Amino acid sequence: MALTVVVAYVGTLLWTARVSVSSARIFPTGDFVGLGQYERLFRNARWLLSLENLAIYGVLFILACLVVGFLLAAFIDQKVMGEGVLRTVFLYPYAMSFVATGLVWQWILNPELGIQRVMRRLGFEDFTFDWIVDQDNALYTIVLATVWQASGLVMALLLSGLRGIDEELWKAARIDGIPTWRVYASIVLPMLWPALSTAFMLLAVMVVKLFDAVVAMTQGGPGTATEVPAKFIMDYLFGRANIGLASAASIVLLVTVLAVVAPLYYARTKAVQRGLK
Amino acid sequence: MNKAKKGARALVAGVLVLAGAGAGAATAAPAAEPLKATVSHWWTSGGESAAIREFADAYNRAGGKWIDQAVAGAEQSRASTINRIVGGNAPAAAQFNTSRQFRDIVDQGLLNNVDDVAAQGNWDRILPQTILDVIRIDGHYYAAPVDIHMPAWFFYSKKAFAQAKIKDEPRTWDEFIATLDKLKAAGLIPLAFGGQVWQEKIVFDAVFALVGGPELFLKVYRDRDIAAVRSPAFRNVLVSFRKLKAYTDPGAPGRNWNDATALVVSNRAGIQIMGDWAKGEFSAAGQVAGRDFGCFPGFGPKAPYIVAGDAFVFPKTAKPNVVKAQKLLATVLTSPGAQAAFSARKGSIPIRPDVDLSQLDMCARLGLAIMQDKSRQLPNAEMLVEPDLNGAMQDVLTNYWNRNQTPEQAQQAFAQAMKDNTW
Repeated sequence: MALTVVVAYVGTLLWTARVSVSSARIFPTGDFVGLGQYERLFRNARWLLSLENLAIYGVLFILACLVVGFLLAAFIDQKVMGEGVLRTVFLYPYAMSFVATGLVWQWILNPELGIQRVMRRLGFEDFTFDWIVDQDNALYTIVLATVWQASGLVMALLLSGLRGIDEELWKAARIDGIPTWRVYASIVLPMLWPALSTAFMLLAVMVVKLFDAVVAMTQGGPGTATEVPAKFIMDYLFGRANIGLASAASIVLLVTVLAVVAPLYYARTKAVQRGLK
Repeated sequence: MNKAKKGARALVAGVLVLAGAGAGAATAAPAAEPLKATVSHWWTSGGESAAIREFADAYNRAGGKWIDQAVAGAEQSRASTINRIVGGNAPAAAQFNTSRQFRDIVDQGLLNNVDDVAAQGNWDRILPQTILDVIRIDGHYYAAPVDIHMPAWFFYSKKAFAQAKIKDEPRTWDEFIATLDKLKAAGLIPLAFGGQVWQEKIVFDAVFALVGGPELFLKVYRDRDIAAVRSPAFRNVLVSFRKLKAYTDPGAPGRNWNDATALVVSNRAGIQIMGDWAKGEFSAAGQVAGRDFGCFPGFGPKAPYIVAGDAFVFPKTAKPNVVKAQKLLATVLTSPGAQAAFSARKGSIPIRPDVDLSQLDMCARLGLAIMQDKSRQLPNAEMLVEPDLNGAMQDVLTNYWNRNQTPEQAQQAFAQAMKDNTW
């Protein structure tokens, strides 16, 4: 086990770091060019744009997933009819590969094929929904489609959290005449913290590795409007035969993730420990 | 129970008989053991796999044993080849584009050359200069070219032209714009366009070669001449390219090339600028070149013919049998017979002029005739620049096409990409 970790993770990490300071193109080479690849990387407009896109996407995606997921969980927790069916319906998108569903989303959003066309055919001549072909809005279509995919997962996590809350607590709140929203905001949500932070962590990982949704829906376009770091790295690794630059980008991405996730992870561990005591 | 036992006994007997026959054959002709060759390529679509089967059959007939290793997707296929070379388990032959994609592998000394095949086949005389420039490195031949694709054909729907009352193919850039205007006035999509980065680059290169001319094209791509990038002539190319955007439809961004071709096939759009592989879509719809759709490689009788294509390289090995197989492959792949059969299915044109043309369609014959005039041959940009610089240029162009950038901004970005991606 320890050996696997050392070889498979630390080993490849060190190897990537080594390649990132060489002038490697198709093959790894042994020379040393210092931080040349990093300098090149941060002069590369597409890389900077993909970082910016990732930030915008990340904030919107995580927020929307948490909100939608929580609402779905709270809704299902009301002991609605056909709970099992609904749960499956909401969780199902997460089980599907985005390579397949992305294509469907692409069709739905395409102004010549999907929603816009249908609405115009129904008689709304001026109806316009062409975000996916629009420079400024294409990124939001990716948010939309991936929220559809991932909010079911958040729902499942939060639902299990909600089910763990003692029924007595609700009864007590009802006797005291506290409004429901207040119970959710002041009592339930704080108690859901471990489930919420787990959901956050999973979503954060999905943000960083965002690739298949972009490739399936927009291929980074129109233009470079929906470029993301993972796609940048894949492009330079394979299509553009420049593994030096791709490795530098991977290292930058890793460092960014560590800088964002490490404090969160630390806070969560602390909170869980406190909860256990 | 009894039945099953009987069946099993029959099976065993059958296997024994077959094994005996096999052993007999092996002892009868030990010298005729076929030369095994694993061939890695990315030709997986219907027409493509039919085409490569022609090669496989020709190789088997020549005494080889073709072991097919198709990997879907060009990038994936090349990546797997490189991984296998690094891992010491290289295929006998692997496909690359006729471009600088395999230059690094040559520089690392990881390919066998096929100099004797080239000498025997007189490649220097029969192959176009543009291809020789790519496969001949320091006097050695490192790849066997198998086809010539011209990525910038103009395909048009005859019905759409008739509907817009267009009589002749445009012979100048201005006539082309007028043609697009007429198509637009007739309520058609003038230009079938796929808004993916590589397709934008294909259209740009077509405009570049036609409006800027081959000299400027080579100055920019071959000589990396920054002054040429900053010149008014290059600015004019950018302006002309951008002008086409007004003739595309709102559904263009992200569209696949074959979906764009389908617009021309169904007469909803007038013209598509695309490689000759688009012919596959027309013939799949039962359309015939010259009857239902027309093709021209640019404007006027002197339009440059951009040469691109595919080639097979031969990873280094010391095993004498594999080396023999590699040489036999190089001979077979470039032979006139295999070339004729392959080209007819692939939609490309043969790498050599001395093949049977009867199976080729009108566009391919036209292309082959044009190739006779050496002054019209123009290397594809990918033959001249490394993959990462090519990618960086694509980024610049797609930004210019999709954002409201000025031509000056694009010129600046182009020059910057050249500086940043040259080590």
